[in-house]
Amino acid sequence: MIKIVHYINQFYGGIGGEEFAGYKPEVREGFVGPGLGLNSLIKDQAEIVATVICGDTFFNENMDQAKSEIITMIKKYNPDIFVAGPAFNAGRYGVACGAICQAVKNELKIPVLTAMYPENPGVEMFVKDAYILETTNSAAGMRKALPALGKFLKKLINNETIGRPEEEGYIPRGIRVNYFAEKRGSSRAVDLLVKKLHNEEFTTEFPMPLFDNVEPHNPVENITQAKIAIVTSGGIVPKGNPDHIESSSASKYGKYDITGVDDLTAETYETAHGGYDPTYANQDSDRVIPVDVLRNMVKEGKIGSLHNYFYSTTGNGTAVADAKKWGAEIAKELVADGVNAVILTST
Amino acid sequence: MCTITPISLTVGANRILPTVAIPHPLGNPNITKEKEYELRYSLVERAINALQTEIKEQTIFEQ
Repeated sequence: MIKIVHYINQFYGGIGGEEFAGYKPEVREGFVGPGLGLNSLIKDQAEIVATVICGDTFFNENMDQAKSEIITMIKKYNPDIFVAGPAFNAGRYGVACGAICQAVKNELKIPVLTAMYPENPGVEMFVKDAYILETTNSAAGMRKALPALGKFLKKLINNETIGRPEEEGYIPRGIRVNYFAEKRGSSRAVDLLVKKLHNEEFTTEFPMPLFDNVEPHNPVENITQAKIAIVTSGGIVPKGNPDHIESSSASKYGKYDITGVDDLTAETYETAHGGYDPTYANQDSDRVIPVDVLRNMVKEGKIGSLHNYFYSTTGNGTAVADAKKWGAEIAKELVADGVNAVILTST
Repeated sequence: MCTITPISLTVGANRILPTVAIPHPLGNPNITKEKEYELRYSLVERAINALQTEIKEQTIFEQ
């Protein structure tokens, strides 16, 4: 018999609602709450041997402690598979399910499975760590979520190959799998185009990332007093690239002090970018970030000041998720430094 | 400020100013240093103007 340990929150564990969200981790033998239905779907081959219950607030506020206590509880049962949730669109519960799945996978090296609504923050944080089955946004979807979990569990129990996300109902993890296609790429592309022209359904082989738009910010009111900062994805760095920013698929950005620098020269600055011909930027990096012009505009009183740091990374092949995270970090620092507007240059 | 404005539109930039070329958005190696500086100055001036312009949606600030 395959042994499964199940994780649920204080609500599904029957402890109580929000007023019990501080409930500390507890383990019980057998199944509890939604585990009852789940167990009945797999009982010919597997059994939920234990259920961990933890309050959502406790887990999220004490994540390291909660994870280590829960791992200790789970280990005792020596399970073959770990399941958490379903969490639907409950944010803290989703994060808890994702985090505990990640910890179990890393420490106990067993398959992990959870389920939640695609917009649950737990998805973005942990989609690479666990199979996350897609559910509706509320517990009303339990009737559908449990059979989906049961079906997927059977695949894990029987060590079956897990197919593509759309076949199996899990949220895409961003993992590409090599396979031998019958037709070469060019004819597959034409097939897709023909389907599109006929208004037939088609599945792209390369979905584009989704970008979220933001409301345009108010215009700068008093530009002659404004502090302007430079940010670039053109990879301009001090000569020698001190932070070793990668020429593509950058894993970081740099922050560089230009106090007293009025002009970027071939001797002092260069580009780390590997996605365009660097000749012109290496000759004169002002061609990518206009430090010379902005310094003069300060002298002429056209703008208030130029922020003494610029931020730079190489924007080719950079993961959108990383770029988004860096953008948020950079924006936070710029605001804290009293910057009023940013000129972002892109190559 | 960028040359491939459709990318800027796709990623959600709001105030977009078209520039010269991918490897030298704010310069042109084929003209004299002085002319090149003037070109860069006018581009930055237009960027400064764009920053002071009220917009309701993504806007490309053409010449």
